[in-house]
Amino acid sequence: MSQHILTVRANLTVFGVLMLLLIVTVAATYAVPVRFGVFVALTIATIKAVMIMMYFMHLKFSDRLARIFAAAAFLWLGILIALSLNDYLTRGWLNIPGK
Amino acid sequence: MTTTEAAAPDDTILYHHFDDLDQQHLSSVLGMWVFLATEVLFFGGLLAAYVIYRALYRGAFIAAGEHLNVILGGINTAVLLTSSLTMALAVRAAQFRRHDAVVLFLSLTTILGATFLGIKAVEWYRDYQEHLMPGVDFDWAKAQAGRHEPSPRPDGRGTEGTSEVHEAGPGAGKSTAPSASVRRAESEMPLPLLPPPGGTLGEEPTTTEAGRAQLFFCLYFFLTGLHGLHMIIGIGLLAVFIALVRRRWFSGGGATQIEMLGLYWHFVDIVWVYLYPILYLIDIKS
Repeated sequence: MSQHILTVRANLTVFGVLMLLLIVTVAATYAVPVRFGVFVALTIATIKAVMIMMYFMHLKFSDRLARIFAAAAFLWLGILIALSLNDYLTRGWLNIPGK
Repeated sequence: MTTTEAAAPDDTILYHHFDDLDQQHLSSVLGMWVFLATEVLFFGGLLAAYVIYRALYRGAFIAAGEHLNVILGGINTAVLLTSSLTMALAVRAAQFRRHDAVVLFLSLTTILGATFLGIKAVEWYRDYQEHLMPGVDFDWAKAQAGRHEPSPRPDGRGTEGTSEVHEAGPGAGKSTAPSASVRRAESEMPLPLLPPPGGTLGEEPTTTEAGRAQLFFCLYFFLTGLHGLHMIIGIGLLAVFIALVRRRWFSGGGATQIEMLGLYWHFVDIVWVYLYPILYLIDIKS
């Protein structure tokens, strides 16, 4: 069987980085100007999510097919959010009479 | 990161419809990821609704989000990340067929998961006490007043707080009565994208901002509630797996099965990794 086994040390390292990023994201909330807050927070959250998926969820050592399956989930989530926002945020741009 | 091949002798049963153990394992992994993809989109509907309304009603959502407890949310994030570590260690122990260690780490994961739910319950109860639970007891004026009175902020007097600073702009007045100030802010507030609902505002204390704040808390309770439901299901699964491992019910030490449970648990963790910043952290003022 080709299941890869992460060492305890690797597990602890990933965990340590995740906790560090948690502290960073809370600190950044108060330190970063409000207008960049969303980007900083979501970037850190995405780094954390990718680390969890790569190491804790073994995607780094998995078959490529598994990685494609995982990526597809987030691709579709991105389509859902991006295209919905594309609609809602541009509705006021055109002054259509009677709207 | 260094990895090693499985050291234990492979005692996994190969089912007849698979060519070999690798294929059997990969099919489990793929099946689980397909399930998780549906879960991503299950949460995705609520997330998309939250993102859209946050973009449309930014001011009211910021004012509402400031009622959430950043510290309790942060502790809960730490608890959940720790539970992911114990879950990963349980998977590792299963790969080495160390059954007692598996039971230990799964139990720790269960305890941490229950801790998360306990803290979450405390938060929900506080929200209820602060009149922030839509459908049960939602009173935005009371919630705003309650928020500003005990806090030792130099600027804080009454309810003309964060909400007006964000939404009403330069015209935010010095009025004292909470309902009057909120109502005035509402009449001055430009509605850039969508018209106010109905247009029959008046005797009810439901102002546009109160309605938008209520919308925030609807989304908050559904997002955290759906996440909490997944935690409850996860804890139930953990309990079953602990019992099965104790009976040595699995072939191959349950390495594949526990890995799949781990995938589910880590997924629920990832959902919270996103929920914590978008609900608790974004845009709050120090």
